[in-house]
Amino acid sequence: MALDKVVPQNGPEEYEGREKYTHVGTRVDRPDGLDKVTGRAKFGADAHAPGMLHGAIVRSPHAHAKILKIDTSKAEALAGVKAVVTRADFAAGLEGEDWNILENVMASDTALYDGHALAAIAATSSLIARDAVKLVEVEYELLPHVTDVDEAMKPDAPVIRAGQQSKLVPEGMHPNVVNYYEGGHGDMVAGFAEADLVIERHFTTEAAHQGYIEPHAALATLGNDGTGELWCCTQGHFIVQKTCAALVGIDTSQLRVTASEIGGGFGGKTTVFLEPVALALSRKANRPVKMVMSRSEVLRATGPTSSASMDIKIGMTKDGRITAGKGVFRLQGGAFPDAPAGMAAECSFAPYNLNAVSIEGYEVMANRPKQAAYRAPGSPMAAFAVESVVDELCQTLGLDPIETRLKNASREGTKAAYGPTWDRIGLVECLEAAQAHPHMQAPLRESEGRGVAAGFWFNHGGETSVSLALSEDGTAQISVGTPDIGGSRASMALMAAEILGIEYKNIRVTVADTATLGYNDVSHGSRVTYASGLATINAAKDAVGKLCDRAAQRWGIDPEAVIWEDGCAKPAGPNAGQFDPMPLKEITKRMGRTGGPISGHFEATPEGAGVSFGVHIVDAHVDRETGKTSVDRYTVIQDAGKAVHPTYVEGQFQGGAAQGIGWALNEEYVYGEDGRLQNTVFLDYRIPVASDLPMIDTVIVEVPNPGHPFGVRGVGETGICPPLAAIANAVSGAVGVRMTSLPMSPPKILKALKEQ
Amino acid sequence: MSKIHVTTKVNGDEVEFLCDPRETVLDVLRDHLNLTGAKEGCGTGDCGACSVTVDGRLVCSCLMLGAEAEGKEIATVEGIADGEELHPLQKKFIEYAALQCGICTPGILVAAKNLLEREPDPTEEQVRYWLAGNLCRCTGYDKIIRAVMDTAAEMREAS
Repeated sequence: MALDKVVPQNGPEEYEGREKYTHVGTRVDRPDGLDKVTGRAKFGADAHAPGMLHGAIVRSPHAHAKILKIDTSKAEALAGVKAVVTRADFAAGLEGEDWNILENVMASDTALYDGHALAAIAATSSLIARDAVKLVEVEYELLPHVTDVDEAMKPDAPVIRAGQQSKLVPEGMHPNVVNYYEGGHGDMVAGFAEADLVIERHFTTEAAHQGYIEPHAALATLGNDGTGELWCCTQGHFIVQKTCAALVGIDTSQLRVTASEIGGGFGGKTTVFLEPVALALSRKANRPVKMVMSRSEVLRATGPTSSASMDIKIGMTKDGRITAGKGVFRLQGGAFPDAPAGMAAECSFAPYNLNAVSIEGYEVMANRPKQAAYRAPGSPMAAFAVESVVDELCQTLGLDPIETRLKNASREGTKAAYGPTWDRIGLVECLEAAQAHPHMQAPLRESEGRGVAAGFWFNHGGETSVSLALSEDGTAQISVGTPDIGGSRASMALMAAEILGIEYKNIRVTVADTATLGYNDVSHGSRVTYASGLATINAAKDAVGKLCDRAAQRWGIDPEAVIWEDGCAKPAGPNAGQFDPMPLKEITKRMGRTGGPISGHFEATPEGAGVSFGVHIVDAHVDRETGKTSVDRYTVIQDAGKAVHPTYVEGQFQGGAAQGIGWALNEEYVYGEDGRLQNTVFLDYRIPVASDLPMIDTVIVEVPNPGHPFGVRGVGETGICPPLAAIANAVSGAVGVRMTSLPMSPPKILKALKEQ
Repeated sequence: MSKIHVTTKVNGDEVEFLCDPRETVLDVLRDHLNLTGAKEGCGTGDCGACSVTVDGRLVCSCLMLGAEAEGKEIATVEGIADGEELHPLQKKFIEYAALQCGICTPGILVAAKNLLEREPDPTEEQVRYWLAGNLCRCTGYDKIIRAVMDTAAEMREAS
């Protein structure tokens, strides 16, 4: 699920401006490291329950077809089959996003894409369940289909679902165009008139899958009393709880969801697929049901990102000032609304301070799986288009690409195309770091080019609730509601250690289940270190307040006269009285007798998630004979606000860059004429392997975010935004061809070289 | 379909199991022997998350039938540490943060250990090609490669 609404980044001033940190910024071992190197960490598919059945799903082989009849009698007759469910076994009367999710999880009367779920079976073994799937007989009436975004907008395109178009869509557009976004400011005509050079280009990008190595998995128990338990790999178990409860028609609070360790998500595990199906099967069979997707199911039926068709027009003066920028972004989101076209538009020109800018986004439906968020949804394709044109302008006018970006860079006070005026941001610092980086001075070999590009992501706050409990031995346990997708438990412990003044190793952080905390938004939007971090800091401060109260009580002084320093309660000054500092452990040892347990709690929807910018430098070599592009050197420079755990910040930078490299050069959804996905295994949907990549250098820039006590900005997503353009720019530098269609696979580059 | 009786060794322990002829070594490890360290990421031998060694040879356990394990010696991630003492690779992976989500880690550790047993002084290129069958979507491989190279250096020094 994409971020529902982009909140302007003008939250309350929270930054404490500390000069020194004891724990934050250190490279400690992660608390789940031992479990993960020994194989005992429990991921989604690693759970078992007594009496457990195994589920499997019947899927449509057609891109678009009316379902005339589903006959499950032969499957039900197979020995070992215990339950079969179809759409009739789920809640009726849902509306809005719940209806869309249910329609994706289990089709009603029409199969909308190749892989669409139609029925599900629970049996005593997964082999029997899979055999039973083959015995289900479905009668279809084939309908015309469309999988390409531009084709889906044409007047004669098949209508995928009538009546879905929002009122915002300009009149006369095809019903497959379901939503429209526009933004910008300034006089476009005057802006382009001022330019010495105007370049206009059309760009396309293909859908890429998040490619998490762990397929979706769930273990569900639901009784006909409406009480259930669910274990699953997810980026947000609270949204799973809420959505599943709605889809199977039970009360939210009666379903307890526990998030397993998660084997990658990147946005793709922010919604539900198997979870409600496993619950419905369990209710019908009255036994626990486990479901695990195959890789083909993951690729065919879970959300990749959108494919995009974009038009960009930018004007520039001879000395490198951008006079106007216009972007039109058409994104298909599968057979459902909510493709991130608006976010693509909003991110597109974010790195530039423009007097005249116009952005438009079209959300388009096609016969493909429901798109899901993928790391900075919408932004990488938009950056590919805009940063390619900026590069071409610099090339043609003989300007330095970094100098030109600095000249036009967004900074504090710049009004963004989508509305907000930036608070303190770090783009200029990133560009300056790029300029100074030795990578920029390194010599290039024959047929090798150097590309530079910038990228942007909003970052997100979201509903957050954290609890912290102190133990009598002076240690602390923290419950967070955001699944740990990249080492966040370590970051939470570091931030709490900073406030409490105890050692990192004396804090245990747990991703608590839905029964333990109030609602927590998903681990998405690069929000966890920011929002759960802010809540952890405040929960720790809440506990510190209580610790000070106990010390005051013991000393017989006013609680206001006690301060917390270096893990001890101390009198606030000479007037407060002469007492030796009282360490945390001293207070917790007596807490049972001095008023009971001491814990801290904080919940809020923080709105000061500072936006994040990054700049990437890449050297790419193109083999003129084969058309193959290899990435020889790569540097990521990004603003982290404050890096709580620098090693994991670097890891986010490197991971984002690697995913961007895959998207740029190789990854794509390939559909046949029949509308079926042709590359449904990792052999054909090939993500970068170790031998494809160089070391990925990183530079962490720290321009504090005013909206976080320690200045933290989320870092998870921005790293995937610049690579697409940076590599295209490097290819252009290497062999002089401007690639405007991703992926830049060898056949496409060869073709471009031939046409040169 | 009747089940097949198999006797094999896993991480040095003799085990017996009954498996369906269609079940893979990975199915057997995970579903019958309760060793869930090896992961199924693809089921087609492309991702390496299920890597184990069979008689010292690195294999994708999703591509080998359980029945074929008769009389073999299988080693999984669960057998890498020596009691409470972690293998140097395991220590380095934690120290270098050579994992983010950790789903590919068991397979990568098994594969890297197998490499270092064959080649104690690998070049970066050798490590990258040896691990090319183990997909990682989180890290971009940088910290993994560094962790393996540094482990190799440390093990050479210690020996």
